[in-house]
Amino acid sequence: MSQAPTATVDGETTRRRGWGWLLLIPGLLYLAVFFVFPTIQLFFTSLYDPSGSFELGYQMTWHFGNYVDAVRDNWNLFLRSFAYAGTATVICLTLGYPLAYAIAFKAGRWKHVMLVLVIAPFFTSFLLRTLSWRTILADNGPVTGFLQTINVLPEDGRLLATPVAVIAGLTYNFMPFMTLPIFASLDKVDYRLVEASGDLYASPLTGFRKVTWPLSLPGVVAGTLLTFIPACGDYVNAELLGTPKQYMVGNRIQQAFLTEHNYPLAASLSLILMVVVVAMVVIYVRRAGTEDLL
Amino acid sequence: MATVTAPERAPAETGRPGRARRRPVGRWLGDHLILVIGILVLVYMFVPIAYIFALSFNQPSSRSATAEFESFTWNNWTSICEPDGLCESLRLSLAVGITSTVIATVLGALMAFALVRHSFRGRSSSNLLIFLPMATPEVVMGSSLLAMFVSVGADSALGFTSLVIAHVLFCLSFVVVTVKARLSGMDYRLEQAAMDLYATEWQTFRLVTLPLAMPGIVAAALLSFSLSFDDFIVSNFTAGQSVTFPIFIYGSKLKDFPAQLFVVGSLMFIVSVTVVVGGQLWTRRRAER
Repeated sequence: MSQAPTATVDGETTRRRGWGWLLLIPGLLYLAVFFVFPTIQLFFTSLYDPSGSFELGYQMTWHFGNYVDAVRDNWNLFLRSFAYAGTATVICLTLGYPLAYAIAFKAGRWKHVMLVLVIAPFFTSFLLRTLSWRTILADNGPVTGFLQTINVLPEDGRLLATPVAVIAGLTYNFMPFMTLPIFASLDKVDYRLVEASGDLYASPLTGFRKVTWPLSLPGVVAGTLLTFIPACGDYVNAELLGTPKQYMVGNRIQQAFLTEHNYPLAASLSLILMVVVVAMVVIYVRRAGTEDLL
Repeated sequence: MATVTAPERAPAETGRPGRARRRPVGRWLGDHLILVIGILVLVYMFVPIAYIFALSFNQPSSRSATAEFESFTWNNWTSICEPDGLCESLRLSLAVGITSTVIATVLGALMAFALVRHSFRGRSSSNLLIFLPMATPEVVMGSSLLAMFVSVGADSALGFTSLVIAHVLFCLSFVVVTVKARLSGMDYRLEQAAMDLYATEWQTFRLVTLPLAMPGIVAAALLSFSLSFDDFIVSNFTAGQSVTFPIFIYGSKLKDFPAQLFVVGSLMFIVSVTVVVGGQLWTRRRAER
């Protein structure tokens, strides 16, 4: 931030550099006022005295114990959120990768049509789609009936209100966030490289493992991030497709904020979630060796 | 070292020709299996859409429409505004969507230009600051904005303005990323050529840079609008008493669920597919000319 004034001074000597900063300033100011400032504010809120209330107001007591309480009472919600989001991300990858691959290499002149078809379902409202799944997966719905007939589910087995339904909802709703970045990476792959690996006697599988997969890695990393991050904080799927037994940390934050008005708890949960997610993202990006994504 | 590793690889390599004979089978699998899987995944993605379309023609027996298909009717399509507050919520969502798209696209495109075209100190920290909102779960963003509005005493004034502020925030990063991707793939020499042909800096920008960047900017604007129009989580925190379309749906799920919601869902699908396909055809025709 401190560079801003130096850059305007620079602007008088080297025009190009000063100009660049001027373009950046409105956006950065916006982020500072509406993102950095609220996050700091959230940090202070998380340290308020928990014995206060919405009606009486809160005292600032630097109560770091809020974090201990938040973790102690809700660690299972955090674990569940990461487990659900992680599972959904893996399923998205196993479904989205073949789809992106088919569009990039096998669709021929139908490529653009298929690409539009990938995005098209997501133009309808997110909530309407999730509510549709609720009916489709319902106890008397077609999917449950079918699975009971082929004995995958027991007679009285159900899908709705189970982790399966919540993970299925997360998977469905974040699918294009996985498919599109992978497609973007695969589309740039020079298919002659894959053919060359075949000419050099690599089996299609080896060719894929040694050529196509590494080249598509930036898309895979971007896709997994764009799926995992929103899935971690999501609470709509857990609420519409699950029961309080499937609630994720997002449900708890929303409840603490909007229903209980327990701001210190909600703020500390939010910050823990944010820090953990950012830490996971950084480690993951480092390990995948695609730092330039950031 | 090279002489040591080379012989190690050799045996593995000699094993390949044997496998090469099985290649036609692998080819067939690669050619068709993946396409079949891809199409199956696409079909899966359309299941709820088909459901929404079907139920938009449903005449529910009770007032709540999430039930089974009862009988066919056009009535839902001709009485979209009948349920209380539905069209008001659509109007608010449109207004918020358009306003925040315009603001986010302008701010974001400017930032993308700065980041791609200019080098300065603090570039990587700016990049990080732009990335962070994308790495923030929506529920965190919504709650921190609400905490701020409450603490500055604006909690009674929550509504259109606070919604726009929140929507611009989560659209902004996506705009920067989208426009940046377009700009960094652009041929820099075209601008140099324009300058060589005595175009002023402004003319170069208006006649060369901007038209080349336009597809990226348009894509970013469409993305922003759909993000904003469909947002529920952040809006639920920042809307106060006002009701956007997703909030209206969420509220309906608890009480009566009017079948007109399925009509709006179907219409959103039709309109946006038309916009995307129309846009593609238009750019293709322009490219042919």
